[in-house]
Amino acid sequence: MHAYESEFREPLINGLDKNYTKITDDLVAPTERITPMWLIATLITGAGACFFVFCLTWTVWFGIGTWGLNKTIGWAWDITNFVWWIGIGHAGTLISAILLLFRQRFRTGINRAAEAMTIFAVICAGMFPIFHMGRVWDAPFIFPIPNTRGPVWVNFNSPLLWDVFAISTYFSVSLLFWYSGLMPDFGTIRDRSKGKMRRWTYNILSFGWQGTAKQWQRFESLSLVLAGLSTPLVLSVHTIVSFDFATSVIPGWHTTIFPPYFVAGAIFSGFAMVETLMLISRKMFSLEDYITINHIESMNKIIVLTGSIVGIAYLTELFIAWYSGFMYEQFAFYNRILGKYFWAYTIMMTCNVVTPQFYWIKSIRRNLYWTFALSIFVNIGMWFERFVIIVTSLADDYLPSSWNYFSPTWVDWGIYLGSISVFLFLFLLFSRFFPTIAIAEVKAIFRISSEVAKVERAKAANSSTANNGGFVGLQAIGPLNKDDKN
Amino acid sequence: MESNKFVVGLWDHEEVYLHAIAHIRAKGIEIYESLTPFPVHGLEDALGYRQTRLHRAAFIFGATGTTLALTFMTWVMTYNYPLNVGGKPYWPLPSFIPITFELTVLFSAWGMTLTYLVRNKLWPGRVPPIFDKRTTDDRFALVFDAGKLTEDELNSIRSICKTEGAVEVKDKVFAENEGL
Repeated sequence: MHAYESEFREPLINGLDKNYTKITDDLVAPTERITPMWLIATLITGAGACFFVFCLTWTVWFGIGTWGLNKTIGWAWDITNFVWWIGIGHAGTLISAILLLFRQRFRTGINRAAEAMTIFAVICAGMFPIFHMGRVWDAPFIFPIPNTRGPVWVNFNSPLLWDVFAISTYFSVSLLFWYSGLMPDFGTIRDRSKGKMRRWTYNILSFGWQGTAKQWQRFESLSLVLAGLSTPLVLSVHTIVSFDFATSVIPGWHTTIFPPYFVAGAIFSGFAMVETLMLISRKMFSLEDYITINHIESMNKIIVLTGSIVGIAYLTELFIAWYSGFMYEQFAFYNRILGKYFWAYTIMMTCNVVTPQFYWIKSIRRNLYWTFALSIFVNIGMWFERFVIIVTSLADDYLPSSWNYFSPTWVDWGIYLGSISVFLFLFLLFSRFFPTIAIAEVKAIFRISSEVAKVERAKAANSSTANNGGFVGLQAIGPLNKDDKN
Repeated sequence: MESNKFVVGLWDHEEVYLHAIAHIRAKGIEIYESLTPFPVHGLEDALGYRQTRLHRAAFIFGATGTTLALTFMTWVMTYNYPLNVGGKPYWPLPSFIPITFELTVLFSAWGMTLTYLVRNKLWPGRVPPIFDKRTTDDRFALVFDAGKLTEDELNSIRSICKTEGAVEVKDKVFAENEGL
């Protein structure tokens, strides 16, 4: 009846004490208690989020001059942060949509948190272009709204406008995908809550979910279609972000390789951020049985793949710059490697191309400490990638008299670190009040991919082969996953 | 809900549950509702539900988005306020593709989700009839409408549920204004 799964595959739900009741208990538990660690983390990141608001207010009050931008370098940390955050968001959609279409069951353990991460990352990303406008109260005019000046409409030829549509569509569709999946789980929390207020709140959040067969049938249709829509959407979003650069005539930006290179980089950095967060939250909320070493290894494999794609893209870019014979393009790349920003280029190359290659070694892929450290390296490296592309290309332009250097001010620092705080703060709130793991989806793979189910099937197979001339085909799987007890 | 009295059978294993549904339906007993904690594979076939038409709604909404985006941009760039942007054509179709795509996805996703909420009767603050609180946790339920059945028929339903592996069979009577 169930889809076939090889008995040699590692289980996705560990623990021989698991059943549906236990899964509900384990996964709802984080929403039912406050741990001191959570409280401290929330207070610290909450303070950071307040500082973010303060720095933005400062920017609006005194103007963009409070940032380190100058006439030559008009895009710096703001757009770097914007692209970085958007990239981080991409892993959520990849896990929830693309892995759903590819029927990768390991997604069920991590999709909910990754989708939440997408939404929070896009919120952080959106702040940067909006406040970079300076006159932020004019922001609504980025949309084609009727006005009294003609009306003059937005320029539909501009990739910056396409970006407005791409990012806002991406945000709202991710929100729908995430929330439609949350409704059944809110129903689960409602039905086990004791307090009247809590039942009432979670009933509002669940939209009155019941779990009838017809509801589930429509639910599955909805998630499949949303996955089908989100897959090209996520690829289009970062493609359009790369158009912001690729359609300009700045050497170092004007390259046709940008769309696939940016998309691979986005997935790469997004998975690294998912790992950074999931390694902490699986420990914080004791979810080790649901986010197993197997999940982490699968993510590491995607990181080494996308990291290598990014590495090839860097080398291709260099080769094409040389091969083009175009002086300005050659200068831009020569300048990146050996110019005044050589340190940024070195960090980028080391963190994105060299360190992820450790993941070819299986014991490193399955080691939590290595994974955590390497995920931080990737996060840093991918931030520097955007910094290198944006700032080094602008700093030394066509006119040597206008060459300049970018130094961030405290406001730049405050907004950047503040956005990380906002992101973590929202994630902490999410993990305290919302089910961090998709409860219904984990239950749906319980009979296929859990340790319990595998052991049961192995027993059944062995008892039937006992009458079968002593054929011992499936006994080999006896000790399931015994080397992974970290 | 027309009646307020129901018989609820609860199972704890989905495979037993699916067999039970097949046997109960074969006996010609009408199942009022079926509740499960997660989407059980093959449940809608067992219950004889037809395929959902929700994806057609998604297509229609998506096509609306495509049409709207293309017509609006064409109207703006060729009729309402033609603007020469760097000598580019007044009707730059390739430039329209990204926004057309985004609006197709946006309309399709929102249209389908709203249709889903309407058809599933889901909205914030809705108070659903809860036949058993464990159906969102670890129990698979079959609900039979007791309103139009005699006590003998109900007893036979109860015993069939038991023989088909139900771990519990209970009566559920909804009060006049039953809350959560």
